[in-house]
Amino acid sequence: MKVSLFIPCFIDQIYPHVGMSIVKVLERVGCEVDYPEGQTCCGQPAFNSGYWDEARSVAEHALDVFAGSDVIVSASGSCGAMMKVFYPELFKETTRHFEALKLAPKIYEFSDFLVTRLGLSDVGARFEGSVTFHDGCHGLRELGIESQPRKLLQHVKGLTLVEMKEAKTCCGFGGTFAVKFPTISTAMGEVKCASLLETGAAVVVSNDSSCLMQIQGMLQRQGKPVRCLHLAEILAQT
Amino acid sequence: MNAIAKDFKQAAAQVASNGKLRAFMRRALSGYEVTRETTRRKYQNWSEARQAASEIKWDAVNHLDKYLQEFIAKLEARGTRVFVASEGAQARDYILQVAKENGVRSIIKSKSMTTEEIHLNAALEKEGHSVFESDLGEYIVQLRHEAPYHFVFPAMHLTREQISDLFQKELGSEPTNDPEELTMIARRVMRQKYIEADMGISGANFAIAETGMISITENEGNARLTCALPKIHVAIMGIEKVLPKLDDLALFLPMLATAGTGQALTCYNSLYGGPRQPGEIDGPEQFHVVLLDNRRTELLADAEQRDSLHCIRCGACLNVCPIFKNIGGHSYGTTYQGPIGSVITPHLRGLQNWKHLSSASSLCGACTETCPVGIDLHHHLLHNRRNAMNEKPLWWEKVLYTGFAFLMRRPGLYRIAGKLGAIFFPLHQLVNGTRLDPLRNWTRTREFPAPSRESFGDYWRKKKSREEANHGHS
Repeated sequence: MKVSLFIPCFIDQIYPHVGMSIVKVLERVGCEVDYPEGQTCCGQPAFNSGYWDEARSVAEHALDVFAGSDVIVSASGSCGAMMKVFYPELFKETTRHFEALKLAPKIYEFSDFLVTRLGLSDVGARFEGSVTFHDGCHGLRELGIESQPRKLLQHVKGLTLVEMKEAKTCCGFGGTFAVKFPTISTAMGEVKCASLLETGAAVVVSNDSSCLMQIQGMLQRQGKPVRCLHLAEILAQT
Repeated sequence: MNAIAKDFKQAAAQVASNGKLRAFMRRALSGYEVTRETTRRKYQNWSEARQAASEIKWDAVNHLDKYLQEFIAKLEARGTRVFVASEGAQARDYILQVAKENGVRSIIKSKSMTTEEIHLNAALEKEGHSVFESDLGEYIVQLRHEAPYHFVFPAMHLTREQISDLFQKELGSEPTNDPEELTMIARRVMRQKYIEADMGISGANFAIAETGMISITENEGNARLTCALPKIHVAIMGIEKVLPKLDDLALFLPMLATAGTGQALTCYNSLYGGPRQPGEIDGPEQFHVVLLDNRRTELLADAEQRDSLHCIRCGACLNVCPIFKNIGGHSYGTTYQGPIGSVITPHLRGLQNWKHLSSASSLCGACTETCPVGIDLHHHLLHNRRNAMNEKPLWWEKVLYTGFAFLMRRPGLYRIAGKLGAIFFPLHQLVNGTRLDPLRNWTRTREFPAPSRESFGDYWRKKKSREEANHGHS
């Protein structure tokens, strides 16, 4: 199957390894991977801040970039949700509404693509150690992705999945929220970190690097040795 | 930033730094979540019940004109006096007038957030009436001269020790940590107040158009006494409380209890349909119903956010909200706290003054997921943000996002900006976390990751040219 990758801007710039891991996994399961050139950002920062005209301008660029794609795999649940759920609303009553509606069903979050679209649970990965999984809110509640990443993790050889109590509680990132309301965001992060540390897992895994940026940033500051990895980085290991 | 937003930030920061209070609230609310889950599982299909509730409320709210007329006509037919107030002041004046005309001195109240919304207690006290809250939680916060912390659990922020101390100080009782004993102390005071009261003021959970009745849900039995003992009963409610049919309660009463407290049903559910009728031996001589608009019709006019009038004030969205859990109820500075408060307050009290509440959210969606009547809460926070910025953009944000859009539409420029960022980022180490750090809102409490020297785009282009070269060789 031919798939187009969507590597959101911050993954492109800060966590390229996540994108590389996705390529590795997708090629391993027999996909023909394509990376539509010219892609940048989904426009979510402007959208979430209330600047919908500016967000629409960025989103129009994304509509152009992905116009020729049939299946799009997003490295982030949040940016995927932006395109899948919020573009149709953003383009409502504009001439490009139809394009946004057409794009939406083509978008898959990475784990959802593997499990729901390809029907896979074992992608031939091996990872020694115990991990705990953090649900990114956008993936979980906008896209309804809950069992898919867990299913994939449970089939990784050598890996033990330990659920944390607050798995589905927001980590406090929330995009610009994290810098607009840093104290609230940090308090939320503290709850998350305490919960994941409680599991004793050596690694915290998520399907959203933006949450991991928050979690890792806090754990690092606290001097905690827990590693943060994107789901793809686990699945890429053999 | 306006003064209200500043106060909010300050109050929120104070609670956020109070680990003990936050842990206390988390414990209380995680207990709620366990009970609620158990009760919810007893539904054959919770999501269908939710859908049904949402459809009934949709019908009620979208035909409010019809149902309100029906409700009022039915009430009046049995001798209830109905007053429709456009604004809080009108509702206050009407109730003051009723109190004055009847020579009312002492007033007993059962729980009503609508009276909090219009600051009724203060107005009554100013005119010389003594007002007593009979709901235990409300009574406690009244003794502390505080606003309710949570619109369903008004005193949830207080420990038993704090309540015992308060009762010792205010009521001269003996110290005790036993909840039952604490309740008995309040009850002994309260019983006397019911007997003395000339007027009882209540809220209403639902207004039944079909029969012209109000429905009140409670656990302490205090509302029954408030509504039945004094010779005058005044009930005040927002206009959105209407349900079309009596049968609708079969769905809404258990739903409100489940979502609100985790109970299958609250201990008492009563219906009131008028004053004492000829031949009846008890009940109030006068029954007044005050219907309050107070800018709810503005929400009604907003098709996008009209569903926020579906709210049955169960408080479930507060109970699951990570923001609420970490900043507490008083920080909001609103009558209605939590997600629903952040959605509706800008409509009820002005967008520019209250828009910060819509920004103070990570948009996690836990509220929407739990709302029993399916209000699209967290998306409405986005709508409020958009409306606020369309009305009055912040100049520096406008510049920022115009630049952002300019950059993101130009992949070449985006790539160069990324490269520059990666090159200059090491300099950030010099100021990391200090006052000079442009990222200090992040780095005060968190490390910021260094951008990669090689972006994914770089990697991909290398991979492609490598593959093409290999292809050429073979």
